[in-house]
Amino acid sequence: MSGHESTYVAKSRFAKFMDDRLPIARMMHGQFVDFPTPRNLNYMWTFGGILMFCLVTQLVTGIVLAMHYVPSAKDAFDSVEAIRRDVNYGWLIRNIHAVGASMFFLAVYLHIFRGLYYGSYKAPREVLWILGVFIYLAMMATAFLGYTLVWGQMSFWGATVITNFFSAIPVVGTKVTEWLWGGYAVTGVTLNRFFALHYLLPFVITGLVVLHIWALHVAGQNNPTGLDVKSKMDTLPMTPYAVMKDIFALAVFVTLFVWFVFFVPDYLGHADNYNEANALVTPPHIVPEWYFLPFYAILRAVPSKLGGVLLMFAAVAILAFVSWLDTSRVRSTKYRPIYRWFFWLFTFTCLALGYLGSKPAEGWYVVWSQIFTAYYFLHFLVVMPVVGLIETPKKLPRSIAESVLGANYGGGAGAMAGATAAPEKR
Amino acid sequence: MASHEHDPTNRRDFLTMAGLGFAAVGGAATLWPFVHQMNPDASTQALASVEIDVKGVKEGQAITVMWRGKPVFIRNRTKAEIEQAAKVQIAELRDDRARNDKLPDATTATDANRVVKGRENWLVLVGVCTHLGCVPKGQSLSDAKGDFGGWFCPCHGSHYDMSGRIRKGPAPRNLEVPPYEFVGDSKIKIG
Ligand code: HEM
Ligand code: FES
Repeated sequence: MSGHESTYVAKSRFAKFMDDRLPIARMMHGQFVDFPTPRNLNYMWTFGGILMFCLVTQLVTGIVLAMHYVPSAKDAFDSVEAIRRDVNYGWLIRNIHAVGASMFFLAVYLHIFRGLYYGSYKAPREVLWILGVFIYLAMMATAFLGYTLVWGQMSFWGATVITNFFSAIPVVGTKVTEWLWGGYAVTGVTLNRFFALHYLLPFVITGLVVLHIWALHVAGQNNPTGLDVKSKMDTLPMTPYAVMKDIFALAVFVTLFVWFVFFVPDYLGHADNYNEANALVTPPHIVPEWYFLPFYAILRAVPSKLGGVLLMFAAVAILAFVSWLDTSRVRSTKYRPIYRWFFWLFTFTCLALGYLGSKPAEGWYVVWSQIFTAYYFLHFLVVMPVVGLIETPKKLPRSIAESVLGANYGGGAGAMAGATAAPEKR
Repeated sequence: MASHEHDPTNRRDFLTMAGLGFAAVGGAATLWPFVHQMNPDASTQALASVEIDVKGVKEGQAITVMWRGKPVFIRNRTKAEIEQAAKVQIAELRDDRARNDKLPDATTATDANRVVKGRENWLVLVGVCTHLGCVPKGQSLSDAKGDFGGWFCPCHGSHYDMSGRIRKGPAPRNLEVPPYEFVGDSKIKIG
C-alpha cells in the first residue's frame, strides 16, 4: 500500500552497490514479497496472477509463431497448417496459443466477476478498475486481430462483420472502414496490417498491466469482506501466504489448460475455420469465438444497424462507470441481502446472452436476446443505483482479522500479532 | 521582469500561443502521412474496373464476379420478376433511395432507377449486405431467397427483393448498384 516501506536488506556487496544506484530489488521485495495482503483472501483472488501467466504465455508462444507465419492472403492459411504439421513442435506451440486465448478470457471473466461481486470497483479503486476495463478492451481487440490471421472462412467473415461495425458511423462510416481495410473489402492488405497490430497490442496490454498493478498497490487489495485494512492484524505478507495460494490455483488452472491443449485443441474453435478464406461465399452461420458471444447477441437483438452497434459498444463501455453507478455503502455483495439476488441474475443474463449469441438470429432466440439485453442494461442503470439506496446491509464484522479469527481474538491481540509476525522475522 | 514598461505578459502569451500553434500544425502535418498510408493504395485504386461478357447468362440465371475485392451480382431477370419489382410502391420500402452510383443521391428507389433503360432485365448489384458485409444468398437456384424473392442474408437475417432493395431485417440500405455500362451487345464494364 502507499504507506508501505520495503523491508529489503541488501546483503552482498553487489546488492549494496545496486541498491544505491537502481534499487529494483528493493522495489520488487516491497511490492511482491513483504507486501501486506489481506489475510482473508479466497481463491477468487488468484486470477490476477493467473492472468499474468496467461499474458506471458501468449507473448512467448506468439513470438515463436511469428517466426513461421506468413501474413499474406496467398500463404497465411497454408503457413498455419505448416506450423501444425511441419514445424518442430509447431503443433504444440500453436495449440497453446489458440487455447491460451480462451483460457485468458476465462480467467479475465472470473477476475471481472470477482470484482463485481466484492465491490472492488468502489472507492478508492476506481482508476484501478478503469484500467482493467482498458485491458479487457485491448484483449478483445488483440484476440479479434489474432483470429483473423488464420485466414480461414470464420477469420475472413468475422473480420468483415466486425470491421463493418465502423460503417455504421453516420457520414464518414464507409471512409473509415475503407481506411481500416486499405481497400474496398477485407483483403491481404488488411491481413498484413492486422498482423502488425496483433504483434503490437500485447505490449500495450503489458504497459496497462503495469499501471493496473501500480494502482492496485497504491489502494491495496480489496478482500471478501470489503472492509478496509485497519491494522497490521488484518494483513499477512504476500510471500509466502498469498503467493502459495496463487501457485496452487495456477497449477489447477494449468491442468485444465493442458488438457485442452493435448486432448481437444480444436474444441473451442469452429470447423469452418479449417476452410480457407473465400471472399465469394459467406458461411451459413457466422459466429464469433465463445468469449464474444454475449456481445454478439446484444448486437443482433436490435433490428437497426447503428442501434445494434452502439448498444454493443455501450455494453462494454458501461463497465467503466460502475464505480459511480453503485450507490451501496458496503462493498462486498456478501453483506447485501437484496443485491445478491440481482448479482446472480446478472451473471445468468450474461451466460444466457452467450448461449443466444451462438444461435441463429431468428424467432424466439431474438425475443430472448432482447429481454436479456434489456436486463443487462437495467442492471447497471437501475438496479445498481436503486438497490444501493434502499437496501440495509447485513452486519459487517468489525475488521478483517475478526472475520477470520472470530470476535474473541481481540483480547489476545498482542500474543496473536506475535504469532503471525514471527514467521517472516526469521 | 518588473522593470518592463509595456505589458510583458501579453507579449509572452502571444509568443507561447504562436509557438504552440506552429507545433500543432507541424504535428498534424507530420501525423497525416502516418494516417493516410492506411487508405487504399495506388494499385488497389488502379484495379477499379472490370469487363464481363454476359452472353452465356440465360434468363432467370445469375453470375457473381469480383470487382475491387467485392462480389458483384449480375442477374438476367425474367419478365415476371421485372414486373414484380416494378409494382412495389416507394412507400413500402425501408430505404427509398436508389443507391445507384450513377445517379444523384436523392433519386428514388424505383426499379427503373436501379437498372439501365432498355436493359431492364439486367440487374447489377454489389453483392455485399449493407448491414455488416456478408454475401447474401440467392445467386444459385437452390439458394434461400428470403421473403421477397430476391436475396437473403443469413448472417443476421436481411431480406432483399428482386431489385435488391432491403425489405426486412437489420440492413439499413438497398444493395448498391455499382457504376457500370454496356459495351457492345453482351459486355458489361463495371467501374
Ligand atoms: C491482462 C489482464 C489482467 C491482468 C494481467 C490483471 C492483473 C491483476 C493482478 C495481478 C491483480 C492482483 C491480484 C488479484 O487481486 O487478483 C489484479 C487486481 C485487480 N484487477 Fe486485474 N488484471 C487484468 C484484467 C483486469 C480486468 C479486465 C479488470 C476489470 C474490468 C480488472 C480489475 C481488477 C481489480 C478491480 C483488481 C483489484 C482487485 C481486488 O483487490 O479486489 N483486471 N489484476
Ligand atoms: S450482414 Fe447481412 S444481415 Fe448482417
